[in-house]
Amino acid sequence: MTFFGDFTFFGWLLLGLIPAVILGILEKPLRYYTLFLSAALVTAVLKDTPIQLFYLSLFVLAEIAVVKLYLHLRTAYGRKSWIYHLFVLLTILPLVGNKISGLFQLSWFGFLGISYLTFRIVQMIIEIYDGVIHEVSFVETLSFLLFFPSVSSGPIDRSRRYHDDYIKVWSRSEYLNLVGDGLMKILLGMVYKFILAGAFGKWMDSAAYGTAWYANIGYAYCYGLNMFFDFAGYSLMAVGTGYMLGVCVPDNFRYPFISKDIKDFWDRWHITLSHWFRDFIFSRFMMTSIKKKWFKTRLTGAAVGFLVNMLVMGCWHGLTLSYILYGLYHGTLLAGTEIYQKKSKFYKKHKKKLWYQIISWFITMQAVMFGFYIFSGRFLLMLQ
Amino acid sequence: MEEKVLDILERICEDDVVREDLDMDLFEEDLLDSLGFAELLVDIEEEFGIIIPPSEVERSDMNTANKIIAAIRIRS
Repeated sequence: MTFFGDFTFFGWLLLGLIPAVILGILEKPLRYYTLFLSAALVTAVLKDTPIQLFYLSLFVLAEIAVVKLYLHLRTAYGRKSWIYHLFVLLTILPLVGNKISGLFQLSWFGFLGISYLTFRIVQMIIEIYDGVIHEVSFVETLSFLLFFPSVSSGPIDRSRRYHDDYIKVWSRSEYLNLVGDGLMKILLGMVYKFILAGAFGKWMDSAAYGTAWYANIGYAYCYGLNMFFDFAGYSLMAVGTGYMLGVCVPDNFRYPFISKDIKDFWDRWHITLSHWFRDFIFSRFMMTSIKKKWFKTRLTGAAVGFLVNMLVMGCWHGLTLSYILYGLYHGTLLAGTEIYQKKSKFYKKHKKKLWYQIISWFITMQAVMFGFYIFSGRFLLMLQ
Repeated sequence: MEEKVLDILERICEDDVVREDLDMDLFEEDLLDSLGFAELLVDIEEEFGIIIPPSEVERSDMNTANKIIAAIRIRS
């Protein structure tokens, strides 16, 4: 059984949501039931791989201890940057170890969700340093990390946003609205993942046999659309399930295929990931570089910032040449777009015109599809 | 303080139109983006000594000159 992947899961999900809906209608808090359901479903999904279950439990408990320890030190000693950096390093250590072991075809400390869980923990460390998080409850953090709809593949929620829903008891009419919206999202997600992604996947497989140039283009498009419908479908089901548990998990996609430029694309594609990178890597890199005057102009800084940002994102996907190239590719596109939009008189003069936007959209889509082609691994395969 | 904020915005947005309508949505109008926003937070820190971490505020809480001024005011 896998999350949102098969009938067994949906059977248990349906069964598990009934008590939640009853509690919600009775205007009772859902938080303890949600934690119980998360623990039960995570255990059920991982029951055939007990080692993963063990790693996950160990990881979650150890990381909460690290977060609590850091909060204690932050309160006692203030904004000390070396302690902060040490703790960021400590929290990402399991993920880094896991990714490096992947280079040797191993899976050291590998378990479902390690990548996504790490984001949510690092976010807490960073915001404790920022002085935005002042207290950390063990049970609430456990519930935040194990929240089953998004535990394995996101969307990447933030602890302070989660907190608001965790303590909230919805009124009956509010809750029923959430259930309605949630069901719609789950159904739409099913159509995306099981019908549309399936269709594009089939076409992708038949295009994979071709070696002609148009077969490669066809493959890239089908791969991109398959990935979108698969992942957006999954995200919709996760968000919808979250709503039914009274947790407004943030949306992950917002019509990425109408993006007018590549910056717009990253505001619409895998939003919770790109916004995480924006808030915790790009913005901070920019702020540090401006303060310490690393670059002559801020535009140069921004270009480097985009490259660093996307390179880290590529590495996070996995330490393979294709993923790293994918990161650098998008970093270069973003940096190029930034420079073009700041410098080009042509852009400033015509950006609001319809013909310009249509051409810009068309070029963006081709660039995006080529990115998926790199991501799929076939680009490097073709070069060889 | 307001005058200083408008100076900062005018420099980052490279447009004095920011002074004309203090309720104009700077992100909608393409005057401010992620990069400009990072610059703004650094300038606020250097000018007023107020640290606003980029994840603390939603874009929608600081998308107009008036909201930025208010955000600084409640922290000072």
